[in-house]
Amino acid sequence: MLHLLFLVPILPFCGFVVLALFGRWFDRRQVAAIGVGSIGLSALFALLVGFDFVIAPPAGDHFSQSLWTWINVGGFSPHIAFYLDSLSVIMILVVTVVGFLIHVYSAEYMEDEPDGYARFFACMNLFVGSMLTLVLADNLLLLYLGWEGVGLCSYLLIGFWYTDPANGRAARKAFIVTRIGDTALLVGLLLLFTKLGTLQIQPLMQLASERWVVGSSITVAAAGLLLGGALGKSAQLPLQTWLPDAMAGPTPVSALIHAATMVTAGVYLIARMNVLFTLSPVIQTTVAAVGAGTLILAGFSALTQRDIKRVLAYSTISQIGYMFLAVGVGAWSAAMFHFMTHAFFKALLFMAAGVIILGLHHEQDMFKMGGLRKQTPLVFWTFLAGSLSLAALPLVTAGFYSKDAILAGAWASDAGGRWLWAAGLGGALLTGLYTFRMVFLTFFGQVQTPFHLKPGLRLLLPLVVLAFLSIVAGFLDLPRTLGNQPWFSDFVHTSLPETKEIAGSVERNLQIVASLASIGGILLAYYFFLREPGFVRRLMMTPLGAALHRFWFVGWGFDWAYDNLIVGTYVRLARANRADVFDLPMRGIALINQAGHIVLSRTETGRLRWYATSVAFGAIVAVGIVVFVT
Amino acid sequence: MILTWLIAEIFAGGILAWIAGRWSRFWPRVISLVTLSVHMVILIVLWVRYFGPVGYVAKGPWVIEVSYSWIPQLGISYHLSMDGLSMLLIVLTNFLGIMAVACSWNAIQERVGFFHFNLLWIVASIMGVFLATDLFLFYFFWEMMLVPLYFLIGFWGYENRTYASIKFFIFTQAGGLLMLLAILGLYFVHGRATGVYTFDYNELLGTPMSESTARWLMLGFFAAFAVKLQVVPLHTWLPDAHTQAPTAGSVDLAGLVLKVGAYGMIRFLVPLFPEAALDFSDVAMGLAVAGILYGAVMAFAQTDIKRLVAYTSISHMGFVLLGIFAWNELALEGAVMIMLAHAITTGALFILVGDLNDRIHTRDMGRMGGLWQTAPRMGGVALFFAVASLGLPGLGNFVGEFLVVLGTYQANTTMAVVATLGLILSVVYSLWMIQVAFLGPNHVGWKLPDMNLREGAIMATMIAVVLWFGLYPQSILATARQSITNLQQIVATTRPEEKTQAPVDPLNVVLPEEWEAP
Repeated sequence: MLHLLFLVPILPFCGFVVLALFGRWFDRRQVAAIGVGSIGLSALFALLVGFDFVIAPPAGDHFSQSLWTWINVGGFSPHIAFYLDSLSVIMILVVTVVGFLIHVYSAEYMEDEPDGYARFFACMNLFVGSMLTLVLADNLLLLYLGWEGVGLCSYLLIGFWYTDPANGRAARKAFIVTRIGDTALLVGLLLLFTKLGTLQIQPLMQLASERWVVGSSITVAAAGLLLGGALGKSAQLPLQTWLPDAMAGPTPVSALIHAATMVTAGVYLIARMNVLFTLSPVIQTTVAAVGAGTLILAGFSALTQRDIKRVLAYSTISQIGYMFLAVGVGAWSAAMFHFMTHAFFKALLFMAAGVIILGLHHEQDMFKMGGLRKQTPLVFWTFLAGSLSLAALPLVTAGFYSKDAILAGAWASDAGGRWLWAAGLGGALLTGLYTFRMVFLTFFGQVQTPFHLKPGLRLLLPLVVLAFLSIVAGFLDLPRTLGNQPWFSDFVHTSLPETKEIAGSVERNLQIVASLASIGGILLAYYFFLREPGFVRRLMMTPLGAALHRFWFVGWGFDWAYDNLIVGTYVRLARANRADVFDLPMRGIALINQAGHIVLSRTETGRLRWYATSVAFGAIVAVGIVVFVT
Repeated sequence: MILTWLIAEIFAGGILAWIAGRWSRFWPRVISLVTLSVHMVILIVLWVRYFGPVGYVAKGPWVIEVSYSWIPQLGISYHLSMDGLSMLLIVLTNFLGIMAVACSWNAIQERVGFFHFNLLWIVASIMGVFLATDLFLFYFFWEMMLVPLYFLIGFWGYENRTYASIKFFIFTQAGGLLMLLAILGLYFVHGRATGVYTFDYNELLGTPMSESTARWLMLGFFAAFAVKLQVVPLHTWLPDAHTQAPTAGSVDLAGLVLKVGAYGMIRFLVPLFPEAALDFSDVAMGLAVAGILYGAVMAFAQTDIKRLVAYTSISHMGFVLLGIFAWNELALEGAVMIMLAHAITTGALFILVGDLNDRIHTRDMGRMGGLWQTAPRMGGVALFFAVASLGLPGLGNFVGEFLVVLGTYQANTTMAVVATLGLILSVVYSLWMIQVAFLGPNHVGWKLPDMNLREGAIMATMIAVVLWFGLYPQSILATARQSITNLQQIVATTRPEEKTQAPVDPLNVVLPEEWEAP
């Protein structure tokens, strides 16, 4: 079964090629059949391969498959080759299964689009193919191919409704900002190859741990450059500004690319290159600090948004902040676990929000929603399941188990663990608060806009499946204090380092505090946004409250600073020199020649006395030179 | 013999096309197409025979050579030689020649015979440049390609064509004269030192000369090549020439004329003056990086879409220059790869812009917008080549750029890191071009016919080539490897403490690198 691995990434690419070339001649049913079918088959093969991998683990707990030699120059020989271990098994399963559900959902969601149905599925298939290449790549150059490929698809799909220039702007912003990170990653690749002579990930890790000393400057540079790439793709400080704007794309795109899969690529990269980060404690701590900072900042911003998709976008930034925190403190399996549960509940939340947006004629402002609980109960219950999981309601939701593992890991960490833990705890409170603000504004209270949609099976089935997963996926990894069945961690630890353990009693206390924070957040949301909405309104009337609200609403002024300092300067500079300053000297030479031409042609007057005078004058000058100079 | 035939066939085809043009507009096109297609088949046969998986035993650095005495009194010979590098560039020249004929099929309606004469003579003389191993002959072909190109821009160009063609001619002519002086200088230096007065490349290699002589002669060559390669600040002829040239002229300019400069540096400049080039490498790399960034910024600022594409060439050629002066296997293979991939992507963009111009009769991006709506296939193709040119992995340009920066990183880390900034700026201009031309609202209300079969076939071929370069570049890299190793070896013998690969005996009987089967 394992040797069918190459089909997993190839099938979506085939879907893309067919749709891109012949999409215009297919009707919608055929487009959907190809677009969804290719991912469905890919998911099927991923499940087969994953099942085989778990049941009969290959020797050394990994499996490689090389397709062909990509480049072979001067000792540099990356192959088009795939590498499967427990980490990539989890990644391909989540990407294909969640991807398949989102494709099913999209088939109905996009049905009313006047054009671009085939274009949409072509891009989505290309995305899944690139994402699978990214997570299966056996060398960093192939990983980079997937990495740029998903970035391109993100660009294409954010700008899907291309007639609005604002969407194009958001799309370009996403591509350019992530490309800044990608370039850091590329320089990292140059450094790694130059120093270690290979880009194949496993030998690279082996060599790095043999040759490099912990904390040496070379490890700092290498890990730091890779971190740059991760920051851009995963929308972490200071490169997070593109993700909220990326919500300009269709909602299934936000669910797939900007929540479940692509934005977690940074976490995957750090986990994949864990040896390098372990070798460089400074950078690893930076990763944790960035994660902690981002999760708090984004949490506050999520609290002030009006647009339901922007709340979810900031929430995604914040939750990826948790994953960064986890990898930063060395809680590798917790990071991957949170990646998985987050993929389930965040995809669910986006898709449920999408149904609401469709039903309200593309209304995204939560303050114009309300009372939807009665109008669309199934969406409400699934959305609630996702929200509870996001807010980490204790014991019964998947989000609780994954977030709890991260907080325990943070507490156990040596490098400022208490502070990181406190940030995570504060974030948990914030998460409960903004999540249930969203739930209460949308589903409770007065009906503001009537809901006009009878969602079909293709919209609802994915919601139900993901709601189920958002609840039960947590039971895959029960901590010692609650059942002690760490199947997930045990599986992950065949490819990632073990997490530092803490005493059972401490762990139980931490769980209680974390539970209180989550429940506290939900209760506060209930009080502020359902019981006493006047209190928040009064708070926002005060000058400080208004200023703070505004500041958080615009995402802490990062956009403002970047637009003015970098973008504005660049555009002004470029436009000022549109005529190309280097052309001036060249034009100058031409002008001098033309002037000389005019002056000299004036002398040709046809008058004899002029000629006689100039001959005489010339003779005098010539004689003068001969007499006086020589 | 086959080499002479290769060039002569195209020269003859050009004359035939001109003659046929007296009676018909149709036959010159057919004659050119048939000439170049037959030629392409021959070249592919040669390619497979000498560099294919079967394995041909080369008896030295050159796989095919032809040499006749021409003016023996002056040591001038008719000497053509081919190795992997020339092979690749000749195939490219021929391929782009076919594309240039195909894209002018309907656009050129006046003086069709003379147009195709010029087109074929450009192709033939560029092939001559890629094959000549006698410096006099090289200079001969070098100058010969100017004249037909001058006519091409001057006769069939756009509104400001006279200015552009004169500017182009003066720039390249000035550079060419400096090279002529350097060639003569080298001729006399070699003659005085050895008593043999010759223009033969193989003889002139390793000429002993003083450091300052070497520097001045090297700069003479550099001036000519840098003008062609549009090294900043000698690039300003190019945006004008590109903007005003007919589509076929732009394709030839971007795809071939620029490559001649790069080829000259790889084949002549560095091997003839290894030490002077080494001393000069920091300056050259600085110019290269400046070109990468400056071209990218300038491209973004343009409002004329053809000018925008022209400035992107300046940025890409910066990578080639960088790779050449980094002078290690990775960087040189990368430079060759960029030369090929850039020729295809930029050529395709120029053809596309030409097609667009035929429909809307403007190059002003302010008058475009929302064209995707009315011509989605065109939009898709433009997007493909835009992302190819911004260096998306999996497409040809990426392989080249990555190898160049990888090689440069080993030679000069700072330059490599600064050059990577170009990768960010290339996204800015590429996406801006797509946005302004194809996305956004269709505010003018254009209703255009989408690509027709001919245009679609041109683009499909070029897309296939870019994908091939991106996904299986090894077939190209393997062809170029032996010549690059030879050139490096030539340089390494005169640079004692060279840090490149261990020298290989050039006269050793070597099997070309096998193409590894997928």
